[in-house]
Amino acid sequence: MDTAARNYLDSLLTGQAQMPASPLAWLNRLRAEAVDRVGALTVPTTRDEEWRFTDLAPLTRIPLQPPRQHSRLRPADIERHLLPEAAARLVFIDGVYAPYLSTGVGDAVIAHNLGSVPAAQTAPFESRLGRLAAFHDDVFAALNTAFLHDGALVAVPPAVEFERPLHLLFVATQAAAVYPRCLLVAGARSRITVVEDYVALAEGSYLTDAVTEIAVADEAHVEHVRVQREAAGAFHIARCAVSLARGARYRSTSVALGARLSRYNLDVTQGGEGAECTADGLALIGGEQLADTHSRIDHAQPRGVSRQLHKCIAGGAAHAVFNGKIMVRPGAQLTDSAQASRNLLLSARARVDAKPQLEIFADDVKCAHGATVGQLDSEELFYLRSRGLSEEAARKLLTYAFGAEIIERIPVASLRQRLEQAVLAQTTVQP
Amino acid sequence: MINPNAKTLLEVRGLRATVNGVEILKGVDLAVRAGEIHAIMGLNGSGKSTLSKVLAGHPAYEVTGGSALFEGRDLLGLEPEARARAGLFLGFQYPVEVPGVANSQFLRLAYNTLQKERGADELDPLEFDDLARAKMKLLDMNPDFLERSVNEGFSGGEKKRNEILQMALLDPKLAILDETDSGLDIDALRIVAGGITRLATCDNATVLVTHYQRLLNYVVPDYVHVMQAGRIVTTGGKELALELEARGYDWINAAPPAIGAAA
Repeated sequence: MDTAARNYLDSLLTGQAQMPASPLAWLNRLRAEAVDRVGALTVPTTRDEEWRFTDLAPLTRIPLQPPRQHSRLRPADIERHLLPEAAARLVFIDGVYAPYLSTGVGDAVIAHNLGSVPAAQTAPFESRLGRLAAFHDDVFAALNTAFLHDGALVAVPPAVEFERPLHLLFVATQAAAVYPRCLLVAGARSRITVVEDYVALAEGSYLTDAVTEIAVADEAHVEHVRVQREAAGAFHIARCAVSLARGARYRSTSVALGARLSRYNLDVTQGGEGAECTADGLALIGGEQLADTHSRIDHAQPRGVSRQLHKCIAGGAAHAVFNGKIMVRPGAQLTDSAQASRNLLLSARARVDAKPQLEIFADDVKCAHGATVGQLDSEELFYLRSRGLSEEAARKLLTYAFGAEIIERIPVASLRQRLEQAVLAQTTVQP
Repeated sequence: MINPNAKTLLEVRGLRATVNGVEILKGVDLAVRAGEIHAIMGLNGSGKSTLSKVLAGHPAYEVTGGSALFEGRDLLGLEPEARARAGLFLGFQYPVEVPGVANSQFLRLAYNTLQKERGADELDPLEFDDLARAKMKLLDMNPDFLERSVNEGFSGGEKKRNEILQMALLDPKLAILDETDSGLDIDALRIVAGGITRLATCDNATVLVTHYQRLLNYVVPDYVHVMQAGRIVTTGGKELALELEARGYDWINAAPPAIGAAA
């Protein structure tokens, strides 16, 4: 193994051994298992097919460790990131739970911090934590699990429907490696909207290594909004594993605006018949940013439905990557799947690598997919300019419209409006 | 209405233009004064649409000769948006669909851009909505069109009405309407023509580019020009349109050579 990569991982593990043991024996076992895996795995390189376009070398050159000191924030510091619609909010500062900024947490049915789950209520978490997002082959998931301490644990009891969203806010404040963790267990026929939101209050380099696990029971419905607005110098590597039971519905909208390098792996497994999943995404990047989305939707049972629209807007010398795998297993008959990857290049130096992948092992299925990469339409530009809009205003408006198609799918109005503003502000012309 | 003392809005002389290296305009002469309505007629491929696009500044066309002055200013050196701000309007033959941009957002942005240029007040969304609804009523347009994406999923007739709505809002000095009548049924044609007629004043001018005489039953032109092979080959009054309708275009070839621009 590459010594530099080994040293890098060893340095990331610094301090892990000093973590106080949890009163939960299973959690200590899980962490130990994860530490072992970190020792056995290495940092992927561009020689790995899954990381072909995303070079992690810049990350391994920056020695980062868990935060030595915990930042304390005032409510005013995070005010502009709050969602007025939220029924409850869990705030994590550099991965550490901040109860004084969180609300609605006392209600046991909504959310816990991992450190405070009453022992009697750990069962739904114990069987899933680190199991949905297996870390055997994933060094970043293993690292996250090795450092598992605080985390958002949400259990929605059967048939309970939450109209208002739950806001999980992860705030970065310092140069450190942080390990956000979420686990959502939605009971049968329940319904919830979760906003997983990554923001920064400081510039500079840091690593967010996040893992989210979502289990959606029979006929439950989960809306998952994911927003990545990390600082310009940040590295953001995240994994979300979703398992869908019979008739379960999962809709996800993921927006990536920030970070110098970001990678999002979304794995959805339809483990029950007739499950439905929608996985939409938007990456809007410029400068030297790289945003990589890898998704895998696994139709393992009959009559599953999946819809995916992923869009990338790349300006400057930015590089967007999309790899979307759709698997239809033997026996997953009557699967109905549609995937589209639409990409907009705003400059000659920007680059998009889009790769839809279909692996179909059943014969009676409907699977459509397509990918396009293009520039702004010259006829549309001329039309707008012929009405007096400057070329820059016309470009901005068209770029905004391209991204708005995804933003409009976010079911939380205040977040939608804020992101529309952010997209407008970020759609600058970059020759 | 012809007034020999009116200000000349547009003066085109010997205009030549190519697209992809092929010459389409081969020396066009045309003069338009305030208060006038012109019709440019001709068969497909005669260059009439190209003339419209070249005057509006479409980047795909390259001007290779001649001149075009708009109120005495060199039009050809201006960006498309500067031409629009100077008061030139092109009604598109095929209005472009712009998915994701609400018609109201687009119209207000264009309206406010021109208001700013003219030193007039910009309107906020509510004020603009009132204005747009009033104008839409004149064109018998459903206000729902404000909320839909620009031209997306509009029928042919709806797109053309949306063009005239933009013209009504932007209040240009010179409107060039490229095949605005194509694809309209008779009711829509009447409404669109009524809109064009109502917007015509003694201070502005309209150039109707059309294939058929039909529209000219409703919008009566002061001048009718016939384009052929990239030139205006003959010019007459409204009766010329009727003659073209009755006899077709072939007889023009046998007629005396072009008399050029309107007197």
